[in-house]
Amino acid sequence: MIDLVLLGDVLAGTARLGTPIAFAALGGVIAERGGLYNIGLEGQILAGALGAAAGSFATGSAVIGLGCGIICGLISGLLLGYMSIRLRINQLVGGIALNLLLAGLTAFLSRQIFGAQAGGARVNGFSQINIPFLSDLPVVGPSLFSQDPLFYLLIGVAIAAWFWLMKSHKGLDLRAVGENPKAADLAGVPVFRMQYLAIAVSGAFAALAGVHLVLSQVYVFAEGMSAGKGFIALAAIILGRWSPIGAICAALFFGFCDAVQFKLQFTSPDIPYQLFLILPYLASLIALVVLGAKASAPASVGLPYDREHR
Amino acid sequence: MNRFTMQRRIAIALLSALSVGGVLILLDGHNPFEAYKVLFLESFLNYWGFSNTLVKASPMLLAGLAVIIPMRAGVFNIGGEGQIYIGGLFGAVFALAIPDLPGLFGVPLIFIAAAAGGAFWAAIPAYLKAYRGTNEVIVTLLMNFIAIHIVSYAVAGPLLAEGAPYPYSEEVSEAYRLPILMPRSDTHVGFVFGLAMTVILYFWLRFTPSGFHLDLVGRNARAAAYAGVDQKKTVIRAMLIGGSLAGMAGAIEVIGLKYRLFHLFSDGYGYDGIVVAFLAALNPIVAPLTALFLAGLSAGAGTMQRAVGVDSSVIEVVEGLVVVLVAAALVTPRTRPISILKPLARNLRLRRQTQRQKKEA
Repeated sequence: MIDLVLLGDVLAGTARLGTPIAFAALGGVIAERGGLYNIGLEGQILAGALGAAAGSFATGSAVIGLGCGIICGLISGLLLGYMSIRLRINQLVGGIALNLLLAGLTAFLSRQIFGAQAGGARVNGFSQINIPFLSDLPVVGPSLFSQDPLFYLLIGVAIAAWFWLMKSHKGLDLRAVGENPKAADLAGVPVFRMQYLAIAVSGAFAALAGVHLVLSQVYVFAEGMSAGKGFIALAAIILGRWSPIGAICAALFFGFCDAVQFKLQFTSPDIPYQLFLILPYLASLIALVVLGAKASAPASVGLPYDREHR
Repeated sequence: MNRFTMQRRIAIALLSALSVGGVLILLDGHNPFEAYKVLFLESFLNYWGFSNTLVKASPMLLAGLAVIIPMRAGVFNIGGEGQIYIGGLFGAVFALAIPDLPGLFGVPLIFIAAAAGGAFWAAIPAYLKAYRGTNEVIVTLLMNFIAIHIVSYAVAGPLLAEGAPYPYSEEVSEAYRLPILMPRSDTHVGFVFGLAMTVILYFWLRFTPSGFHLDLVGRNARAAAYAGVDQKKTVIRAMLIGGSLAGMAGAIEVIGLKYRLFHLFSDGYGYDGIVVAFLAALNPIVAPLTALFLAGLSAGAGTMQRAVGVDSSVIEVVEGLVVVLVAAALVTPRTRPISILKPLARNLRLRRQTQRQKKEA
């Protein structure tokens, strides 16, 4: 007999812990579909978190915080785009470097903005929205229908991103760039413009993950608060087979593992909770090996496009 | 790109990173020259500070070599961090399981166990890369997290010391502890060991056929295949060497510094190794210098914060910039960046010429 309260708790935890991973993974999918690795998700989450905290701290409005976070994400995405597209730095190196850079920069700036006091400054965040009637349902009600606004934003954004990427003309252009930039270029698709667009949007989505951490979870900026979520998102992209919906499902699965792990630490200390921390990584690894990466990864991901090069 | 331009470019990149850091220090309301002076005096010219630098430089050097060797064969080993953890785990398990060997046998055996652990952790991505074409960056990245959680489980479960308030193992026996290099400090001989490894690897890469094969595969895999070099074997060999180097860095942390296996015992040294490798332009003989430089930066950052009041996170910004700028410096531009100044100058020259011609006419 499964405990219904426990199930509800885990479901709510899944939604809460899976949302940031889902945002970042969605960003990663868009970049990789355009032929660019975004290993910098981790740093961009921090950039978004800092932007959100600073915006909300300065104005007291969570919505302005959200806007500031997105702007920070756009800038950090464009920076990575400049490195990958214009300078043609190895995209993996560029992303790792961006992570290092943003980890330091956000720590430095946060101490400038919030002062050195421990715990930083509490900022105004979003409160939960109870959807009438649905939130009264047992088990799923409190867990899925009384979440914060960013969870509902995720659902909206996910559907929009899926439609744009898979069903619209521009989305097709972007996917063409990711598969074969030369052919796309010859067909008149503005390759570099599409890639800059993709990497900027990717940064903004990653930043939304950070915004969620600050404005919906802890209401304060902490150094290194991304805590590997950007890397888990990279795994979710693989497990989700480079599809927006797939990546979000994978991200929610990772959120589920995390929620179970938290519960286990309190309820049954004799089961090693680390098992559930390892599970997401192991699942992605197995997916990568068994299903093979070549079959569904965009063909030209990671290869800088050079017009003058045959 | 010849060697001289490369070194010049790296120097420029390094100076630019330090200058941007200087600007941040200035914005923080302090004198950047003063701050850097305090930082470098502390970490290189003060006895205790330099001992701290050496302690940090040892794992950084080995982790740097663990990136350099695979990278020479065209494989990007992001997995140094995980290999350090598994190496530390294997070394610690060996040291705790067989605690009463004489140090002369025990210490080398611990190093071998740690190297085997790191090599095992690197073998998985190496095999997948060579035979399945799976991207090694993603695999090594994922395996880092798995390794950290395995060690976390080990020190909280089977290896947990009796009555420990925090997840850590029992101490390793005294015979296994690395000798101290600088009296009265905790600077062990780890850096000397790293230097020996550096020299061996340098000569191996430079003067032996198997070392040369690495570069051949890394620079032009098709030409290497044409010359009869077994590409798969070379990739796997490079990764195994990289993994064992990182594994030994883990052993050094356990039997050199902390004498126990801790939860989260490596403070991102695997990622620091990437910075070390890039700063050294993938030349092993330069790696000790770049490891010392980076270790000095992070060892002196705390003192700089206390003495001058500059926030130590500036140093992290500088480190990130170093990687960005050095990576940019090492890319050969195939197409020149568009210059705004050149057409302007040409315009000016042309205008002057026509004026002169008019005058003469």
